[in-house]
Parts: sequence; C-alpha cells; structure tokens
Amino acid sequence: MDQPFHASIRGGRIIDLTPAPVLMRSWRFAYRASPTAWTEYWKPMPRPGWHDLFALTKREEAVLEGDLHPFMAHLQYFKDVLALPRLQASAGAS
Amino acid sequence: MSGTIEPMIGRYVHVEIDGETHRIYFEESGAGIPLVCLHTAGADGRQWRHLLADKEFAKSFRIIAFDMPWHGKSNPPANWTGEEYRLTTARYTETIRTFCKALALKKPVVMGCSIGGRIVLNLAIEHASEFRALIGLEAADFQAPWYDTAWLNRPDVHGGEVCAALVSGLIAPQSPETFRRETLWCYKQGGPGVFKGDLYFYRVDGDLRGRVEGIDTGACPLYLLTGEYDFSCTPDDTKRTAAAIKGASVTIMEQLGHFPMSENPEQFRRYIAPVLNQILKQTTSEQQGVYV
Repeated sequence: MDQPFHASIRGGRIIDLTPAPVLMRSWRFAYRASPTAWTEYWKPMPRPGWHDLFALTKREEAVLEGDLHPFMAHLQYFKDVLALPRLQASAGAS
Repeated sequence: MSGTIEPMIGRYVHVEIDGETHRIYFEESGAGIPLVCLHTAGADGRQWRHLLADKEFAKSFRIIAFDMPWHGKSNPPANWTGEEYRLTTARYTETIRTFCKALALKKPVVMGCSIGGRIVLNLAIEHASEFRALIGLEAADFQAPWYDTAWLNRPDVHGGEVCAALVSGLIAPQSPETFRRETLWCYKQGGPGVFKGDLYFYRVDGDLRGRVEGIDTGACPLYLLTGEYDFSCTPDDTKRTAAAIKGASVTIMEQLGHFPMSENPEQFRRYIAPVLNQILKQTTSEQQGVYV
C-alpha cells in the first residue's frame, strides 16, 4: 500500500516515524517512490535498474523534493538506511 | 624475503600536453602487445590492479595503466594556478596519444571504462589507424544525466563522501564487499572538483551522437562491454551505440556494474579473457601474413 511516513532523524538515529498525513507538519526533503519501486528495491538481490535510489529516480519510479542538502551531505547514510529492509527480506527467505 | 610482491612496476614519464610538461604516473606489467588501460572519471589507475597482476594476460600483453593529470599520482601540471579543472575531448585525446607516443608503443590496444569508454569511441572515430583494437567498457555515444554535478564540489558537502556515495549505486549488488569498498575509496580520495571536471567531458563536451556511424571497425576492431547493473551507461545505451557501428562487438556482462575491473575482478575476467584472446589471435594471424 502507498503509505508515506514522516521521519525525524537526530545524530544518525531515527527518533520518530509517523504515518502521513500530519496536519501542518514541515519537512526538509522527501524521497517518494512507487510501491512497485520499494518492492523491487527491497528484494534481497534487486534487479538491475531497481537497486539504487538514483536508479529509481532515473527511471521515474521515485522523486526527490525539497531542500536536498541534508540528503546529499549524508547520501550513503540514506542509501544504507533505506536499503535495510533487504536484510530482513534475506533473513526471512533463509 | 617473505612478503608478497605484486608484478607491476610504477614509474613516471614526462610528456608535453597542450604545450605544458606533465609528469604522468603509470604502472605496467607483462610483455607483448601493448594494452593501455584508462580509469573512470574521478578515479585513478589503481582500478586496474587486478588486470595488472594477471599472470596469464601478462604472458602476451604489456599491460599499462596511467593516472590522468589531476588524478592519483599524476599531479596537476606545474603551471596550474588553481583554476577549475575541466577535461575536454581534445585534451583527453591528446593525453592518450601523447602518452602512447612517449612510451613508443607500437599499435597499442586501448581499453577504457566510463569516460575512458567514451574517449575510446573518439579514438575510433579520429585515429583508428593508430590502434590495434579498442575496448570500451561502460561506453556509449551519450547517456542521460541522472544528477546535478554541482553537488560534487561545494563547501558545505564533503566532496569525497558525496562522490563515493553517488557512484556506490553503480556497483552490482553481487560484487564482493571488499572490492566495493576499495572502488569507492578511490572516489573518496579524489582531488576537489576533479570528478566534476571529468564529467564536463562526459556530459557537455564529449557528446558523440551522430559521429560514431563513421567508425571503421575494419581499420580497428571495436569491442563494447557493459555491466547489467550500470544505470548510468545502461546496456541499452551501449546497444544503441553499437547498432550504429558496423562490425562492433557488444557484450552485456551479468552481475557487474559501472566498474567491472575493480568491483568484481573475477567476474570481469570471464568477459575480458575472450576479447583479449581474440585480439591475440588477430595479431598472430597478421604477423603470419607478413612473415610467411
């Protein structure tokens, strides 16, 4: 299901994850991807073209919005955090 | 002596590029057909260390990898005053040809990856008769940009971190973690603005659309190999490019991304060995033709 979340991160820790919409909540940047994109991205061994956050934006299955500085300044962090469900998927598969 | 010493030897050669002396660092190993290897944008010749250490290839090839000026151990030229670095098609082409002449290489094979793959196409267009064969890895006449290069060099974002993080997605998920990290380390060590300056060639100056049709693979064979996980230069980009070049050989490499030689050397070897064998066979039959 297509369910956006607001995530608050301090010092590298996710301190809050709240399902959207939240009335009048401000945000710095958003990374939004289609449900298909997340399903593909979170496979233990994703297929070519579905394996990276920018692969998804390039194929127009995801969009970046807002002030991208925090995202770009901590890019590997965000790639790693958003890829974490892959570990769970592979643990579940084994 | 108990330490393991690798076979490649590193030296410096002084060459004149665009009227200025440049001190170029290169490593080589083996003997035979000269095989000059070109690194990707914002990286250096270390990407080729596994090929340079390959005992089998070294029996028939003199494998050479040099660092482009501003990269690795090749410093900017002495007259550089700090202005923004920008690689152009003309300068890149001149650098490669000058380097080959300085080492007196007779009809070398040139193999380049990414920007190195793009410039190989330009060598095929403009100087095919100087080369025995050309190999483009992750090569296309053009590919659609997927990020703004302004992020690569600005004071409020660490250049090494952002360069490495951007290209990390171009490595196949199957590639061994140790080689993934090593490939990215090279990007973390690049000089400020150098990756961005290389991409000026890639994105702006080196658009070869409409020019590759003129490549004569009869004068110089052309091999194009692209990793299936490369979403920057996609397999479709390479196939489209090859479709316009009569006689070009195309291989799509499974479980590889944008840095085949450094991200998964063993997997890359499976694909490059047949190409090198074919070049060797072609050379042997040509020599027999001359001497018989």
